This record gives sequence, structure tokens and C-alpha cells, in this order.
Amino acid sequence: MLDKNGIAKRIAQEIEPGWYVNLGIGIPTLVANYIPEGMEVEFQSENGILGMGPFPLEGDEDADLINAGKQTITAMPGAVYFDSATSFAMIRGQHVQLTVLGAMEVAQNGDIANWKIPGKMVKGMGGAMDLVASAENIIVAMMHTNRAGESKILPACSLPLTGVGCVKRVVTNLAVLDIRGGAFHLAERAPGVTVEEIIAATAGELIIPNFVPEMRIN
Amino acid sequence: MAISKAVNGSSDACDGVKSGMTLMLGGFGLCGIPECSIGELVRLRVNDLTCISNNAGVDDFGLGLLLQQRQICKMISSYVGENDEFERQMLSGELEVDLIPQGSLAERCRAGGAGIPAFYTPAGYGTEVAEGKEVRDFDGKPHILESALTSDFAFVKAWKGDTAGNLIYKATARNFNPMMAMAGKITVAEVEELVPEGTLNPNEIHTPGIFVQRIFQGEGYEKRIEQRTVRSRETPSNA
Repeated sequence: MLDKNGIAKRIAQEIEPGWYVNLGIGIPTLVANYIPEGMEVEFQSENGILGMGPFPLEGDEDADLINAGKQTITAMPGAVYFDSATSFAMIRGQHVQLTVLGAMEVAQNGDIANWKIPGKMVKGMGGAMDLVASAENIIVAMMHTNRAGESKILPACSLPLTGVGCVKRVVTNLAVLDIRGGAFHLAERAPGVTVEEIIAATAGELIIPNFVPEMRIN
Repeated sequence: MAISKAVNGSSDACDGVKSGMTLMLGGFGLCGIPECSIGELVRLRVNDLTCISNNAGVDDFGLGLLLQQRQICKMISSYVGENDEFERQMLSGELEVDLIPQGSLAERCRAGGAGIPAFYTPAGYGTEVAEGKEVRDFDGKPHILESALTSDFAFVKAWKGDTAGNLIYKATARNFNPMMAMAGKITVAEVEELVPEGTLNPNEIHTPGIFVQRIFQGEGYEKRIEQRTVRSRETPSNA
């Protein structure tokens, strides 16, 4: 089974040189830590930066330089700043090659819910609806089940939707799942996890090939 | 030469703001917010305000200061966490909240300033955001119709500005400020450094002064950091 850093490491393997990548808050943010040394990738944060770097050294924080999670960051050489309309032009216009974001629920038709729990305080969708509606390549990083052990990989979302039919791949603590033809397809098992454990944790329709390889995580 | 837009300070800049008005306020979280204008709105005690802003500040800073005095009756935002007083007013029904996808909010402001009454976007299709909105397919993909936003006043914050109203923003403090500057009937720009017309390099201006009606040099900027995240200088980190 993977921890959050393990999920981030596996997703980092999906990234190709030259890509522009938007990372959401939570597990997705960790993906930046596992990009191979020397690979040219630019991170976009939707509040208005391409070329986002690591957190600043103590004492170097700049209140005018933050990411979409409102954390202080740095800018890499060659970085650029822009306004919010330009930022979402990059996203809606499909100039960003990969979006990685978290989810509360994912459904077998590719629907995603990650912004609202009825009866609880609604904080808002931020940029999530724009991101999922337009990105060609969306990977969801999430835990396979909730704290009560219930599956978050579902036949249909029960929570209010963020986007419809948009998720193509899900990486969880247990598995890599691809979504196509209205079903989840088991692509990889996490280290030490059996197919039976994945079946038990998956409520949506799960198609299992004859051979399910184990993820290779360094 | 353009007419000078310079005013003495936030008091003159906010002249004419009245209860019941719709205001736009730039910023993302607490980054790039018009601190001095917000301070003046607090002093003016105008109320029943509709505020269009990506976020609603924190309890004791930014728009949270207006919420404390119950000056806001409606917020139009994309994300409003991090504020207990906001949550209390929203749950009690004192405060109306319209949540909008962030990219749609930015584009609705831009459209308002650019004379485009509405536009189609895929964001929010199939969600509750789309309820009551026209849906139309383009290239086989469904989109929803979103309308432009304008405001009685827009309050923006820039790094440098000149007396003609030309503005330069710093780093990610730019965010919503340029679109809101375009969409305000009266746009008030506060800057950290106000210089004479002709001093700024025309190649480097982000907001042309035509969008700005009043400009002043702010004082005593706190520039509070919402999430201070750092790497230690002692131990190398890959964070």
C-alpha cells in the first residue's frame, strides 16, 4: 500500500519532459518533489505563475509571491507572472498538458466530486471546475477509501459534481485505475496489494485483466 | 499628457461610495488586496455592499474587516474558506453567497470591462453552477452561458503606478486586479509607489491608465502572509 508520498511518486512517472503541469492542493502538490533531476517541466499555479519553484528559504518569504494554496513559494529562472484571466486561458485553452487534483469521489463514467459536502460549510470550488472541464489529461490523486473504510471509487458520485466525464486515470494508495467505456480498468497494483484487496475497496465496476502488474516505485 | 488621476489618499479615493453599491476588490487570498481602500470602507461604515472578490479575507484582515462590521450583504467569490465570521453569517442567512468557478469569475470581470455581455464556457457544465443557465454545444462539447460582471467601484492594488493611472503589479499580486480595473465604473488604484507620468517604461505597464479613474499611494502596508511555507536553511530539503 502507498502513502501520500508514494501516490505522488507514481504520478510523477506520468510526466513527460516539456510539459506544463498544474498541481492541485494536497497530495498533488507533493508530485513536484519527485520529478527526476534535470527533467524540464514547468509548474503552473492558477493564481498567476508559470515556473513555480520550491518554498523559499527561511527569511526569503515574499507576501506577493504565493501559489493557489496561498503558500509562499519561489519562482524558477524563466518564470512568468500573469493575471487570472490569462491563467484560465492557459487552462481552458488546453495549453496545460496535465492537471493533477484530489477528489472526494470518482465515478466509473469519469465524473468527479471534490468541492462540496451538503450540510457542511461550503468553501467553494476555486479553480477546480475550470480545470476539470477543460484539461485533456486529468489524473486524480486520492485515497481509495474514506476514513470509515468506504469506497470513494463509485458507480456514480453521490456528492455534488465538480465535472462530468472528465477523469481518465486515478492513482490511489492501492492501485492505478483507468476510466474508459463507463468502467474502471485495473492497470497496476500498489506494492504488496492484492487484486482481491482492490476489488473489496472498489464499489464501481472494475474490469480486471488477466495480468495486473505491480507498480514500480523507487 | 493625460489628466492627473492622483488623489491625496484613501479618503478622497473612496468619495462617492454608498451603501447598497456593488464593489469589486482585487486580490487572491490576502495577496494583492487593496488594504488601504478596505480600511477606508471600514471607516465609512457603508453597508449592504455586494462584494465581488475571489476570496473573503480572514477574520481580522482583508474583507474580513468589512464582514466583522456586517457591511457586506452578498459575496460573489470562488473560494471563501479560512474565515469563521464569514461562515457564521453565511449559515445564519445574514450573508448571501454566490460561488463561481475561478476562471469564470475572472473572465466575467474581463468581459464586463471589455464590452462583452456574456460568453460560453465549459466550466461548471453538468454541475449545480449550470442550473438555470443556457447550454449550447460547440464542436460536440457542451458549454454554459455566463454573463459579464461590472461594478460601481473597483478597488485594485498595484506595485507601481503613475499619475496617469498606468499600473505595474508585482509577482502573483497581479491576479484579479487587471480585470477588475477594467470592469469598475470608477476604478480606484492604490499603489506602493506613485510616480510622475512619463516615469514608467511603457513596455512594462500591465494596466493602461484609461481603466483607472483615481490613484493614490497607500501607506503602512501590512501584506500579511496567509500560509508561511519555507525551507530550513540548515537541512537541505526537496520541498
